[in-house]
Amino acid sequence: MNKIIRLLFFFFFSCLQLIARSQSQVEMADNFRGEGKIYVVIMVVLLLLGGIFFILFRFDRRLSQLEKQIEDKK
Amino acid sequence: MKYLIKVYWWKPLTVILLIYTVIGGFLMSAPRLPILNETIRILHFHVPMWFGMIIMFTFSVFYSLKYLSTKNLVYDLYASQLVNIGIMFGVLGIISGMIWANFTWGEPWSNDPKQNASVVALLIYLALIILRGSLQDDHHKARIGAVYNIFAFAVLIPLLFVLPRMTDSLHPGNGGNPAFGQYDLDSDLRIVFYPAVLGWTLLGFWIATQQIRLASLQKHLDYE
Repeated sequence: MNKIIRLLFFFFFSCLQLIARSQSQVEMADNFRGEGKIYVVIMVVLLLLGGIFFILFRFDRRLSQLEKQIEDKK
Repeated sequence: MKYLIKVYWWKPLTVILLIYTVIGGFLMSAPRLPILNETIRILHFHVPMWFGMIIMFTFSVFYSLKYLSTKNLVYDLYASQLVNIGIMFGVLGIISGMIWANFTWGEPWSNDPKQNASVVALLIYLALIILRGSLQDDHHKARIGAVYNIFAFAVLIPLLFVLPRMTDSLHPGNGGNPAFGQYDLDSDLRIVFYPAVLGWTLLGFWIATQQIRLASLQKHLDYE
């Protein structure tokens, strides 16, 4: 019994290892991340996003002003 | 729509969700998949475009129906502007998909059934804009536009969700498979993907409300 459990454990863990190895073989941008360059990309994208949001908020405010002017005119 | 125009709270929410999408989408762990490699992260940017498009078109049909039952031109304004934003999402989805496909499928356009169907769907919706532009009278434009919009949506659903599934497709979730099998969307991706869908959709609503407000201001000036 003990032997079978041991065998099963061995089988299970070797399977896990195989899965892990096959997964780490897929090439990802690990180096690029390791060097911290991904933060540069994120900073640039966030900056652009911030610009878009700035324009959206400003346009919102301008629209509210115009709507108020029309309300006052009535 | 009226509620979204009146209240403010969802705009900061959009900002937060999209910032989270960028940070989470680039930094959180993603599954290591062959062929896709690191480009799996495009999921958070390409797929929400289509979700956004479908949600915009759905709301647009809702307001078209509401226009037909009430004959209130405000609802027509909502419907037409939502269609515009939906088309914008669709075009961005196609272009981003082509860029992605160039790396994963080997060519930007491989005549994948879903690619073809989405272009057909977008052409149908572009025809709606042309149809509306060719009519002069506001109520005339609104009524014909609303009826066309309902038919266009009725064609869109089989084009995007039924027909690609009946043949083999390169898109995941097609060719007989359910769309969100555990192999193509794992839990690491989900925690960024769903907020991303919400964030991009709210951004679409944001732009739509601005267009609606601008158009109604213009109408005010026209009537004066």
